[in-house]
Amino acid sequence: MRYREALNAALREEMQRDERVFLMGEDVGVFQGAFKVTAGLLEEFGEKRVRDTPISENTIVGMGVGAAMTGLRPVVELMTINFSLLAMDQIVNHAAHIRYMFGGQVKVPLVVRMPQGAGHQLGPTHSHSFEALYLQVPGLLVAVPSTAADAKGLLKAAIRDDNPVIFIEHEYLYGQRGEVPDDDDHVMRFGQAAIRREGGDVTIVGISRMAVTAQRAADLLASEHDVEAEVIDPRTLRPLDLDTILDSVRKTNRCVVVEEGWPHGGVGANLAALIQEQAFDHLDAPIARVTGADLPMPYSKPLEEIAYPHEPQIVQAVLATFGDV
Amino acid sequence: MADRPLPPPEVAREWLETMTLIRRFEERAGEMYAKAKVGGFLHLAIGEEATIVGSVRALRETDYLISTYRSHGHALARGTEPERVMAELFGKEDGVCRGRGGSMHMFDLPRRFMGGYGIVGGNLPLAAGMALACDYLGTEDATLCQFGDGAANQGTFGETLNLAALWRLPVVFMVTNNQFGMGTSLERHSAVTDLFKRGEGYGVPGIRCDGMDVVDTYETTCEALRQAREERRPVLVEAITYRFRGHSMADPEEYRTKEQVEQWRQRDPLTTFGERLSAEGAVPEQEREEIDRRAIETVDGAVLFAEASPFPAPESLYDDVYVLGDQVQGWYSIDERAAGVQRGEDIGP
Ligand SMILES: Cc1ncc(C[n+]2csc(CCOP(=O)(O)OP(=O)(O)O)c2C)c(N)n1
Repeated sequence: MRYREALNAALREEMQRDERVFLMGEDVGVFQGAFKVTAGLLEEFGEKRVRDTPISENTIVGMGVGAAMTGLRPVVELMTINFSLLAMDQIVNHAAHIRYMFGGQVKVPLVVRMPQGAGHQLGPTHSHSFEALYLQVPGLLVAVPSTAADAKGLLKAAIRDDNPVIFIEHEYLYGQRGEVPDDDDHVMRFGQAAIRREGGDVTIVGISRMAVTAQRAADLLASEHDVEAEVIDPRTLRPLDLDTILDSVRKTNRCVVVEEGWPHGGVGANLAALIQEQAFDHLDAPIARVTGADLPMPYSKPLEEIAYPHEPQIVQAVLATFGDV
Repeated sequence: MADRPLPPPEVAREWLETMTLIRRFEERAGEMYAKAKVGGFLHLAIGEEATIVGSVRALRETDYLISTYRSHGHALARGTEPERVMAELFGKEDGVCRGRGGSMHMFDLPRRFMGGYGIVGGNLPLAAGMALACDYLGTEDATLCQFGDGAANQGTFGETLNLAALWRLPVVFMVTNNQFGMGTSLERHSAVTDLFKRGEGYGVPGIRCDGMDVVDTYETTCEALRQAREERRPVLVEAITYRFRGHSMADPEEYRTKEQVEQWRQRDPLTTFGERLSAEGAVPEQEREEIDRRAIETVDGAVLFAEASPFPAPESLYDDVYVLGDQVQGWYSIDERAAGVQRGEDIGP
């Protein structure tokens, strides 16, 4: 099953299971979703539950917040994570803070789904990776599934959870296939990292699509450099399964964090702080980061290619932790 | 509304030439996309040539123009060399934005084409800001802001119209109503489908023009610009048009019928204008063929130019992130691509 089909299955199953679950977004109905994630759902569930909206991101998300406060379980799709910036007010000032500022009287069981990522030459307004922005916000849960199985299991969990969830998909991953349990009960827990590959020499933490790139880099490290990397995919950033990462680092004594987003204030910057606070004595090298370039994304193919991480940069960063480069 | 009289023959001919150039350019851009010479999203304005040329020709040279991600035509109408627009699509160094922006992000400062923007509705506040600057500086210049029917639903629409009216800014908002925001038709995205009426409540009077008729679009925009410029009253112009192609290149167009597209094609702005020009003796038929041939030649040349232009050099990756000067002499970036201080541009040793 492809990643996009896994998401579609999660939406369908949760809508069948719970009448309160409904979808809103630009072109999610007749057009079946900009990336076809919602294909067939309008036909199955009708216009009441699959709602095409005007292009009004802040308001769509805000209506999701209001509906969630009033007992529904909205799933809002935004076409691209860049457009979620237009909804930042509703996401941060409202969705994330409402429960706290009203003393716990109300909950906001809202899911905002959207893809991120570079690689399709969409230039500086459509190509970013913003998991770090959302990771910063207390009150939000943040999921970054990198496999079809996780896409399904985490989306089902997100819809059933009573907190607002930022659910970050990836444009590159939509077409990727993977084994997906097809039972209705494939609901995963947030805050459980996956060890994608075991190894004793270095820990590589890969975020979102970079979990996949990191595994490829790990294969290269094994075949070409005799280095056995352990690859960890945190799957959710809030809550974060720091224990699995720390256990691995205590074993390997080296850590490289790979993300597509910007370096300053990124997921890697955050993880580096957490790891050195808790496992400083176990580190044999500074924690390394491999990130997207510190710039707006260029359109031109050769520039875009070097503006986000690929296997060679990860390999190089890993070798550097051994002082080999 | 074809009853508006034609402008003088040389003017009419130039409009036809520009509309033809846009049509041929867009067609070729689509072909280049199919050949993977162009990447990303490609939005063509085929069908909207009269709206583009009619409104852009209403501008003075010093006026400002701002548009959306569907704006190759606006750049061409403003006079940007087709070579450099095509090179931008190819992601080449000689593109208008040095390959940084691509199809969705054209810009040509000397011609006061203040850009195409990839965020729907993002350009409206910018337009009002440009008008604010003109007002502030005491110039006679006005700003024309183009956006789609879908964009009229962003919060920026109401917020911008209110402020522009309140501060009496010399700006014309032109909603290019091509009947769809991506796969969502006008009546499925807007409660009020007479979009020109949407400004009234904000103090921005609206007027509608036939966006398939270059003359009507021109006259209407001229009058709107005059009001904005002379009376300091922003105006909302709704141009009724249609996009003949899909929203972008990856659009199966399941949300509309072939019959509807065919019906609108009957009113093809290029054909109808061309035929009218011949019928009224302004441009004889053979000359129209000649105009088309020259447009194709120009576009051929643009492709050759784009092919020959180099890709941007990897070392130029960090160019122009900042204006370098006293405060920013370079910045530190944690980066395996080139460790150390990154410079935004070469400011010498
Ligand atoms: C803020 C934002 N939301 C969504 C999109 C995705 N998107 C790009 S074009 C488009 C449709 C816009 O329709 P309209 O404004 O009518 O202009 P047209 O494409 O018809 O020229 C959408 C939804 C975007 N680019 N920016």
